[in-house]
Amino acid sequence: MAGIAKNHDYHMVEPSPWPFVMSVAVFLLALGIIFWMRQWTPWMFFIGLTAVLYTMYAWWSDVIKEANNGVDHTPVVQMHLRYGMILFITSEIFVFFGFFWAYFDGFFRLDDVEQYARVAGTGGVWPPIGVELFDPFHLPLFNTLLLLTSGTTVTWAHHALLQNDREGLKWGLALTVLLGVVFTAVQALEYSQAGFSFSGNIYGATFFMATGLHGFHVIIGTIFLAVCLLRAIRGEFTPERHVGFELAAWYWHFVDVVWIFLFASIYVWGSWGVPLSH
Amino acid sequence: MTDTAHLQAHATGHDSASHAHTPTGWRRWVFSTNHKDIGLMYLVFTIFTGVVGGLLSGVMRMELQEPGIQIFHGLAGMAYGMDGDAALDAGKHMYNVFTTAHALIMVFFVVMPATMGGFANYFAPLMIGAPDTAFPRINNIAFWLLPPAFILLVISLFVEGVGPGANGAGGGWTIYPPFATTGHPGPAMDFVILSLHIAGISSILGAINLITTIFNMRAPGMTLHKMPLFAWSVLVTAFLLLMALPVLAGAITMLLTDRNLGTAFFKPSEGGDPILFQHLFWFFGHPEVYIMILPGFGIISHIVSTFSRKPIFGYMAMAYAMVAIGLVGFVVWAHHMFTTGLSLDVQRYFVAATMVIAVPTGIKIFSWIATMWGGSITFKSPMLWAVGFIFLFTVGGVTGVVLANAGADRSLHDTYYVVAHFHYVLSLGAVFSIFAAWYYWYPKMFGYMYNETLAKVHFWVMFVGVNLIFFPQHFLGLAGMPRRYIDYPDAFALWNRVSSVGYYITFVAMIVFFYATWEAFKRKRPAGDSPWGVGATTLEWTLSSPPPFHQFTTLPKIESTNAH
Repeated sequence: MAGIAKNHDYHMVEPSPWPFVMSVAVFLLALGIIFWMRQWTPWMFFIGLTAVLYTMYAWWSDVIKEANNGVDHTPVVQMHLRYGMILFITSEIFVFFGFFWAYFDGFFRLDDVEQYARVAGTGGVWPPIGVELFDPFHLPLFNTLLLLTSGTTVTWAHHALLQNDREGLKWGLALTVLLGVVFTAVQALEYSQAGFSFSGNIYGATFFMATGLHGFHVIIGTIFLAVCLLRAIRGEFTPERHVGFELAAWYWHFVDVVWIFLFASIYVWGSWGVPLSH
Repeated sequence: MTDTAHLQAHATGHDSASHAHTPTGWRRWVFSTNHKDIGLMYLVFTIFTGVVGGLLSGVMRMELQEPGIQIFHGLAGMAYGMDGDAALDAGKHMYNVFTTAHALIMVFFVVMPATMGGFANYFAPLMIGAPDTAFPRINNIAFWLLPPAFILLVISLFVEGVGPGANGAGGGWTIYPPFATTGHPGPAMDFVILSLHIAGISSILGAINLITTIFNMRAPGMTLHKMPLFAWSVLVTAFLLLMALPVLAGAITMLLTDRNLGTAFFKPSEGGDPILFQHLFWFFGHPEVYIMILPGFGIISHIVSTFSRKPIFGYMAMAYAMVAIGLVGFVVWAHHMFTTGLSLDVQRYFVAATMVIAVPTGIKIFSWIATMWGGSITFKSPMLWAVGFIFLFTVGGVTGVVLANAGADRSLHDTYYVVAHFHYVLSLGAVFSIFAAWYYWYPKMFGYMYNETLAKVHFWVMFVGVNLIFFPQHFLGLAGMPRRYIDYPDAFALWNRVSSVGYYITFVAMIVFFYATWEAFKRKRPAGDSPWGVGATTLEWTLSSPPPFHQFTTLPKIESTNAH
């Protein structure tokens, strides 16, 4: 706490209203999800979402202020933040692990003898009968290239930052954000052309759940990078101190790697040898 | 040896300057960024939820006391204003709702918050010589997410479940589809799912905070291999939380979309696979049982060492046994699914892998015994609970080895033998470790000493009570009585009656517990900084009781260089 003699470099965080406020917001959001899914009202969802987003803004504003006051974020505290991000990404990997499991359970085990009920539902083939796949080397490949390019632009921004090239930092970040937005738009376009739907068959369920969750993460990563861009424009980050930027870049690379796995296993492998019409 | 090193540490945590800015009133708790205050809030929450979960099981034991249906048709009649067969049907569902709520509350809202929330938060930073945790605000939200999660679970009890006049989710804590999807068209299951989502987020955030704290905030000189075993247990458990809970989150998300958005994850007619849910659930669920017991392992190590006045036997083996249990715990999940039609090769693998866990677990049991061997043992109440833990956990572990055999499990699956097994490791194992920690650290947390006689009475009454509840359930299970039924044939009457009597005895023990806690607060006997004498060597005993609001404003230095 400020004003107290402490002989260590840890950040003794002041009491904060945001964790409690966030828990109330999350409660409203959870109720909102149920109310909307049960088709009672969508409003509770939007109230909860607004509350969650506002609390995130307020909470992270406090963190950014602490980062900028030059006192609180000592080297060991920066190390905490790095560990925290790596652990958070680890937990995210295991969320995707569950959805990949669901996908491969359909892909590999569709003709198991004991799975006769599902064989009756799908024809015992992958993709299930009646499902028309995307050509992986059309929009999906384009999106792969977009994301890989964005990985290089964020690295460009990082190296520019390290050499105190502020213009390079801003341009690199702005391009990365732009590529993220374009990726999301292309993904939306692709979804609109899908020959299967989220409901009614296992392919659509696993495809949209896995790629949709990934798309959600792209949006989060894009916002994270956009915040970094704003902070860069405000003159924040130095070649020595830029943990926020680093974490955003890590997150972006994580999103990138997940896409590579999605592209390889769902788009390419999943459609291997299947006649495609487009 | 490891723990004695800490005696020589310079602890300068008694810092009066920190009182100047201590937050007061409700803000101190609601806006807290203090690991000890947050730990205490977890413990208070746990006591409340523990009473709720315990009373639910009491109604179940009253119902099962005699063959036939005695309680639930009346309860359902009161709740829904029905009678006759309608009340009977609603009562049967209500019984399932009670078992489900009892399990979910005990797992997610009692044992996990008590060990990884309460004691880990309070004592892991003290033991490693840290002033607080790495992310105090994340620590606070991890706690404050639990009340909303609990409220959602409670709401689920009062909204429609399987149909009109049958409220609540009754699918068991495993919430398998299709019973959790098409079997529960009402919104109750949706409330359960969102409750688990939020409780899971809470645990993941808590895990991130604790891992970062333990990796980055150990006092100078405290290497990982000098770190107290409780901190080790918390570290391993936090990794299990971090990697297991997201898979549950994914599984219940698919359940939610199957229920409400028409997806086909678990619907065979559209190419889905109900067994997939069981795989995902148990990929989480098996590490989850180690999440519940590993912090207890850490606690018991300290108590056995303290009251034997000896360093723990085989420190390194004890630490890495927990790591091994954590690792192997991730690759044994399908032993919960032996009767689902797994191929014989898969069954063979899961039998063998499961039995491997008996090795590190055996290392722990034998090392506790070896610690006591030749020690100068005093049977203060924490030690009674610890020895009780070792005995009861061993019983539960041995029946676990029985159940690990796919062949034996063919007959025992979903019988009371399984119920007896997991209650021996959890409600007797994990809960005994929680009470052991409570009596061990009570003087440190509150600064008062409880009445030793009352604590011992609590132990003995509870020891008799819980054994009476659960030991006969082995006989019931071997005789073929299935779980999760409200009624049973007359042949099972005797041991069911004994089991119910055990519950009433345990109930008395809980009254003793509350009286002992109240008595300690009323009498206010000062405990002193280190009431357990020279056997207690970890850093928390170098601080005042209770510790200052911010301890270790100057970090302690761990000077011993000849550990091991």
